[in-house]
Amino acid sequence: MAWDSVIGLEIHAQLSTRSKIFSGSATTYGAAPNAQANLVDLAYPGVLPVLNAEAVRMAVKFGLAINARVARRSVFARKNYFYPDLPKGYQISQYELPIVSGGAVDIVLEDGVVRRIGITRAHLEEDAGKSLHEGLAGLTAVDLNRAGTPLIEIVSEPHLYSAREAVAYLKKIHTLVRYLGICDGNMQEGSFRCDANVSVKPRGSEKLGTRAEIKNVNSFRYVERAINYEIARQIELIEGGGKVVQETRLYDPDRGETRSMRTKEEANDYRYFPDPDLLPLEIDQPYIDAVAATLPELPDQKAQRLMSEYSLSPYDAGVLTTSMELADYFEVVVRDLGGQPKLAANTVMGELSGLLNRDGVDISQSRISPGSLARLLARVVDNTISGKIAKDVLEAMWDEGREADAIIEARGLKQITDESAIEAAIDRALAANPAQLADYRAGKEKLFGFFIGQVMKATGGKANPARLNELLKKKLGG
Amino acid sequence: MSITREQLESIARLARLSLSADEAPQYAEGLSRVLALVEQLQGVDTRSVIPMAHPLPGQRARLRTDEVKETDQHELYQRNAPQVEAGLYLVPRVIE
Amino acid sequence: MTELHLMTVAELSASLRSGAISSVELTRAFLARIERHQRELNAFITVSPDRALAEATRADERLRAGRGGALTGIPIAHKDIFCTRDEKTTCGSRMLANFISPYDATVVQRLREAGVVCLGKTNMDEFAMGSSNETSWFGPVRNPWDTARVPGGSSGGSAAAVAARLAPAATGTDTGGSIRQPAALCGLTGIKPTYGRVSRYGMIAFASSLDQAGVFALSAEDAALLLSAMAGFDERDSTSVELPVPDYVAELAQPLKGLKIGVLREFFQGLEAPIEELIRTALDALHAQGAVLKEVSLPHLPLSVPTYYVVAPAECSSNLARFDGVRYGYRCEKPRDLADLYQRSRGEGFGAEVKRRIMIGTYVLSAGYYDAYYLKAQQVRALIAADFERAFHEVDVVIGPTTPTTAFALGAKTQDPVTMYLNDIYTIGANLAGLPALSVPCGFAGELPVGLQIVGPHFAEGRLLNVAHQYQRESDWHLRVPRGFG
Repeated sequence: MAWDSVIGLEIHAQLSTRSKIFSGSATTYGAAPNAQANLVDLAYPGVLPVLNAEAVRMAVKFGLAINARVARRSVFARKNYFYPDLPKGYQISQYELPIVSGGAVDIVLEDGVVRRIGITRAHLEEDAGKSLHEGLAGLTAVDLNRAGTPLIEIVSEPHLYSAREAVAYLKKIHTLVRYLGICDGNMQEGSFRCDANVSVKPRGSEKLGTRAEIKNVNSFRYVERAINYEIARQIELIEGGGKVVQETRLYDPDRGETRSMRTKEEANDYRYFPDPDLLPLEIDQPYIDAVAATLPELPDQKAQRLMSEYSLSPYDAGVLTTSMELADYFEVVVRDLGGQPKLAANTVMGELSGLLNRDGVDISQSRISPGSLARLLARVVDNTISGKIAKDVLEAMWDEGREADAIIEARGLKQITDESAIEAAIDRALAANPAQLADYRAGKEKLFGFFIGQVMKATGGKANPARLNELLKKKLGG
Repeated sequence: MSITREQLESIARLARLSLSADEAPQYAEGLSRVLALVEQLQGVDTRSVIPMAHPLPGQRARLRTDEVKETDQHELYQRNAPQVEAGLYLVPRVIE
Repeated sequence: MTELHLMTVAELSASLRSGAISSVELTRAFLARIERHQRELNAFITVSPDRALAEATRADERLRAGRGGALTGIPIAHKDIFCTRDEKTTCGSRMLANFISPYDATVVQRLREAGVVCLGKTNMDEFAMGSSNETSWFGPVRNPWDTARVPGGSSGGSAAAVAARLAPAATGTDTGGSIRQPAALCGLTGIKPTYGRVSRYGMIAFASSLDQAGVFALSAEDAALLLSAMAGFDERDSTSVELPVPDYVAELAQPLKGLKIGVLREFFQGLEAPIEELIRTALDALHAQGAVLKEVSLPHLPLSVPTYYVVAPAECSSNLARFDGVRYGYRCEKPRDLADLYQRSRGEGFGAEVKRRIMIGTYVLSAGYYDAYYLKAQQVRALIAADFERAFHEVDVVIGPTTPTTAFALGAKTQDPVTMYLNDIYTIGANLAGLPALSVPCGFAGELPVGLQIVGPHFAEGRLLNVAHQYQRESDWHLRVPRGFG
């Protein structure tokens, strides 16, 4: 029996406003417990919410970036339920009339296929506080610093058909909100969270299966694993004669499995109704136009431009535009280098990214500036050093904080391009390895590489590869 | 419009209100009476009437500038707390 | 000179500013009366003599320095629904019996800035739910006109306090009639302003789209003085209206000639004869002053009570969810687990009427019932508001009785909640439509006060006070004092 899986993602992105959505408390991460919870956040008797203008602007920005409809009139509604980290006993959210509806983003899959993923809606709401269960016997501790932080909840259509697609979509939204400057996308700190609704159905069937919701998975890798696990679990369950239950599940990364959450008493009847303390949000065209004017070049546009301006492949353009800072870095390198986009792209995506990852550092904190990188690459282009040596120089630049020329000079890394010097090295290598030479002449052509290696070793890697190749061929050719 | 015992218990649970066996009948009775009162609304023709969520017409949301206006006053605010420790509110263990 | 406790705020203000009396003297006098009558009436939950005298002392300093305003040094009481910093705010409930608010409600702050002295916090129906002040955790309040009877509710304590001359004025709140109905039953002038006119910040919420703060006073002039200080935009309340506050006192003097009074047909249906007679007499008196009477009909108005008893409980079920024993308020002993903490803290902390309304509200919002009840009620609400709007194209104000009966006996209506709810049959409409309305005394039926209700279009507080004032210039019902309190 062949199965299809259908996935919809609900993403909660914390908006990077200075103050909370309905109160003037700070939103900075990591403050002392309850130091950033004021009377409104604590739901003291008699307090009232007042809406943050910047949260609205950020939501509209997002709506425009996904080509969605921005509602001229949207309404805040109360979602009523009891939980210790929800001080009012209700969350202020949006229900029937969200601020953004419709829209889509394109995702590029590994094989280069582009899929358009529909977004049902995006709405504004407030975050809850945090419940801490560890370390206290029989008690749960509640920190309400996070309560009231503005969130935008982005709901995708169930258009994702594999864990890979789901992750591609998640990464796309992650990139987008960072480009827009509305969310820092920090998954460890919880400013970008994802719930996945997963269901399976027999291949070709129209009817969607019962879905389970996997809550709060906080890394791209875990999302992929959790979804794959859940798909397999559901298939196994159904094939064994069971039925998928509509429920909430948590992903346990240590065990690599999803587990059912103990149901919170009654299946939640949230009793949504329009919040009487907040009046309808009305947005007019001039406002929308003003926000539209602040949109940066978006990832897709930037990727298109990089492809046409620099003849980059879709894959390369896609990787470079994952973050605006990375793409900008790349463009500065090419500008300073006066060309060579492929070389620049490969270095940025390859060796430089390797160093960034190794030290856990973002491109914006790169220890090598784009100008410095351009100067290094210029030395490759002008044959001062080989590409291989350049990798070592790059690492040295990163660790020592020095410019390429200084390192090349200090370590004497200049490439040997002088033909007679290379020829001499070749002669020595051939003379030192008569057996291999005989085998080569007998037909073992692979030994060509062996001799290249020998010369490289003898010259400390500095022989210009192209020259070496040419000259060795000549020598061996006879 | 009569409220059954089950409905009453379900409502009480949703509202997190303890309800003893003795109290239940009297609440069921009271609720049923109020719902009977409210039944009068059913007969009213409200086709194409826009529900009124706010009493003043034409009002729209007022927006606040995004600025931090609060300082840490948790000690003051926690004076009323039944149980706090190290700045955290404590409740019986929540099982997830 | 009239005895201090029988003077109006306007008169007291003049005496204070002239130096004839001091605020400390005045405050002491009222504190003594409060103490004398507390057991009998139970009008107060908290009395704050030390604070009051400290405030009075400061007020006297300002008065002596010539910096006194109209309300400087005037002692008043606050309904215990307004948060007062460093003072208990109980809302008439066990749930907040020991709650000390860390902040002041905007109303409290503004009146303090205007110079009033706060005598204490008055008793009220628990969480403002009631029409007789019999649901308070702190015991019922008694009507000074007949202490075997109720003062009305939910602001019964404020009404009783002012009627008994324990304070010359007191704040109240009105969600379905909780200022006007007690004002009528206690022979006072009580006003509920337009929704959004007075800030709700710091006023413990019952039904957010209906609640409004207002005042009890001995006269329309006094009410105008107090409302002037209370009203105005507050950025902390999103439903607060950004309109400037008119000079209510200046508007009082306008003659009534040409005023178009709507006499509401639906108000007079089934009304007891003695009350109807008093209302008609009052209307005649206004007519004699030059007003024109015109019959109007608000056909959906009889639906106000069922509409209200869907909307208000729905909103309150949500507003009261924050009372969970976690951050403040009553917590049950030894909770077994979280569910038990919630259920018993709320079950024990709330009284029966509050629980009943929370449950009604939960029910009408719940899945499957929302459309039939809540949505429907909001639609009927729109119809009622539209009826009023239509009427106000033809008339300037609508006048009728405030309550269907005079003050009833304690315990008389507690058996069936619906019987109690019907006390608000004339007042609820104004809350649903957000309209300003007030009640003034217009006579006695069997020695008990009867109230005349005046309802106006949005932001017509000045006009309502003007009509009431002109009526009071030619009547003296508002100056009558209950026996034993003179």
